[in-house]
Amino acid sequence: MVTKYAALAIILITLLSGAFIGVTYSLSSKAVMLNSTGASFPYPLIDKIITEYNKVEPYVQVNYQPSGSGAGITALADKTIFFAGSDAPLSKTEKEKAPNTLHIPETVGSIAIAYNITGVPSGLKLTGQIIADIFEGKITLWNDPVITKINPDIVLPAEAIITVHRSESSGTTFVFTNYLSIESASWKNNVGQSKTVAWPPANDIASNGNTGVAQIITSTPYSIGYVELAYTLQANMTIAAIQNPYGNYVIPTLESTAIAAQSVALEGLPAGDADWSGVNLLNTKDANAYPIVSFSYILVYQELNVIPGMTQERAVALIEFLWYVIHDGQQLANSLHYTQLPDNVVEINAETIKLITFNGQTITTIL
Amino acid sequence: MKSPTKPQKQTQKLVKHKITGDNLFKIFATIIAASALIILIITGYTLLKGSIPAIQNFGLNFFFGQQWNPVEGREIYGILPYILGTLVTSGIALLIGVPLSLGIAIFLVEMAPRSLRVPVSYIVELLAAVPSVIYGLWGIFVLRGWMVTYVETPLSKYLGWIPIFSGTPQGLDIFAAGVILAIMIIPTIASLSKEVLTAVPNSIREGAYSIGATKWEVIKRWVLSYGKSGIFAAVILGLGRAVGETMAVTMLIGNATGPSAMPHSLFQSGQTMASLIANGFMEATTGSLKLSTYLGVGLTLLIMSLIINVGAHLIMTRVFKVKGGAIE
Repeated sequence: MVTKYAALAIILITLLSGAFIGVTYSLSSKAVMLNSTGASFPYPLIDKIITEYNKVEPYVQVNYQPSGSGAGITALADKTIFFAGSDAPLSKTEKEKAPNTLHIPETVGSIAIAYNITGVPSGLKLTGQIIADIFEGKITLWNDPVITKINPDIVLPAEAIITVHRSESSGTTFVFTNYLSIESASWKNNVGQSKTVAWPPANDIASNGNTGVAQIITSTPYSIGYVELAYTLQANMTIAAIQNPYGNYVIPTLESTAIAAQSVALEGLPAGDADWSGVNLLNTKDANAYPIVSFSYILVYQELNVIPGMTQERAVALIEFLWYVIHDGQQLANSLHYTQLPDNVVEINAETIKLITFNGQTITTIL
Repeated sequence: MKSPTKPQKQTQKLVKHKITGDNLFKIFATIIAASALIILIITGYTLLKGSIPAIQNFGLNFFFGQQWNPVEGREIYGILPYILGTLVTSGIALLIGVPLSLGIAIFLVEMAPRSLRVPVSYIVELLAAVPSVIYGLWGIFVLRGWMVTYVETPLSKYLGWIPIFSGTPQGLDIFAAGVILAIMIIPTIASLSKEVLTAVPNSIREGAYSIGATKWEVIKRWVLSYGKSGIFAAVILGLGRAVGETMAVTMLIGNATGPSAMPHSLFQSGQTMASLIANGFMEATTGSLKLSTYLGVGLTLLIMSLIINVGAHLIMTRVFKVKGGAIE
């Protein structure tokens, strides 16, 4: 009897899974799947854009995994995805592994210095040099004279500082360490800038993703860390005002972020197929700009046929989606605490997207 | 049931094809049995082959170095902190987990009334089936708070002068990782130990009671002694789980890298080999030194697990057989 039931169960399971595979197959044969992965920094925005785009083009399924910029670039070089998200432009060695990659800034973000000091709900001021010294383990107490000197209105406790940083390869870390390398000679020589660095011995915790770091800061008293602005606003975190090169202490907001992006865009940006490794939005030339700002990029091959499984249909769907991201998608930015791309950046992006080809032919159906 | 002629027919058939059928089955079974060994060999070979560039590049410093610098042009990888981190967290897990597990097993077999014994055994076994990410989630949102408030802060306040209790308690540290591992290995060790103790013949207990031993003496001198090789095997299985556990540890250990991951104090963030791989494998590009390093870490972890299991097997067969003679 038992064997009879077991046999029945096995037959049932086989039939069910068969039916399931059948259903998914018939669904997937209609939909165009665009797989992508990369930076977690723009993920809330991309996710929203994907949802909205699905209402416009229901047959296109875009899938974006926020695995970190490093993982995104690795997947791009391995050609396992159609486009990657990265907060850092491709470095020289990465460019060799993924040649002919186009840079398309999709949004602008600020990196906020978030802190959790019991009894200090807001108003902390910091400089780049102090942040570097804290993360290098040179400043270990919250009431260090260097910090109290520029914060005369706040009573800081004699508690040890706990630093929180990313555990995986991250574009946010790249921008943050890039900023610290500009601000502190000691940081530049001892640590340097990269998507993941050798963190100096300090009282530190590492966690995965912007959400992971944000979660640890909010739950750990006397901690400090760097988190993308949108995440800090959503989680109501306390963030520090940072001194910019003009001596002003600026809090990261959508306005102070947009000012930084505009001032760089006015100076001129490289073309989409040129080298972007030198581009940054740090310490920009405007007295009201927040100093730690960055583009987040979509990286895509100029010639799409290098990706296995690419078809004309998919190439068109991909280009239509990218076009939507830099135009209509930007309208969604402000409600999610992201900064819209300045108009001149959108124009550069449009030119970049027009460069994309499939089997040597430009795809001009919509452009 | 059915007509009596049918079984006869089948027997005839079997006899007819006995040699080929039997041989076929034998070959089939041998292939399946060999595949376990082949998979192990392939895994080991792939890890060894992949890790050669890193080991050649850094030499012995790969295993005994503490530096971890992934910045291009400054790359240097030493994995000593993570080997020690694995040993220390697993050690804490055993220290806390083994006494508790034995307590559960002894209670269930020797003391619990029948009405309690079955449901509690079920619950313990169910705990072994909880996915590790759930332990991690519970650990980060519940256990961490308890640890900081009730354990770490008092310890650091009154015993902070002892080096292992120094530092600022923040709950994402080696101690928290060790405690979550202890909780995770308790079901494994407890349920296996329970089986071992149940297998102890009642005649042993009856004999012991008849010469006037108390309950405590019976358990200590006869029951545990009789089952010690089985209990040892259960502990080793638990240790195996602790050494390789990834998700929950990654969520609770704080994921330090480089010299600051060297375990100096219980209240500092650390890193195990498994959590290191989980944190970084995604961004290791094909052919890079970093990927080779991660494969080297994997190889070290594999060798460590093999040593634990083979060593345990040797201890069990050599030491216990000679001394106790009561092999389960």
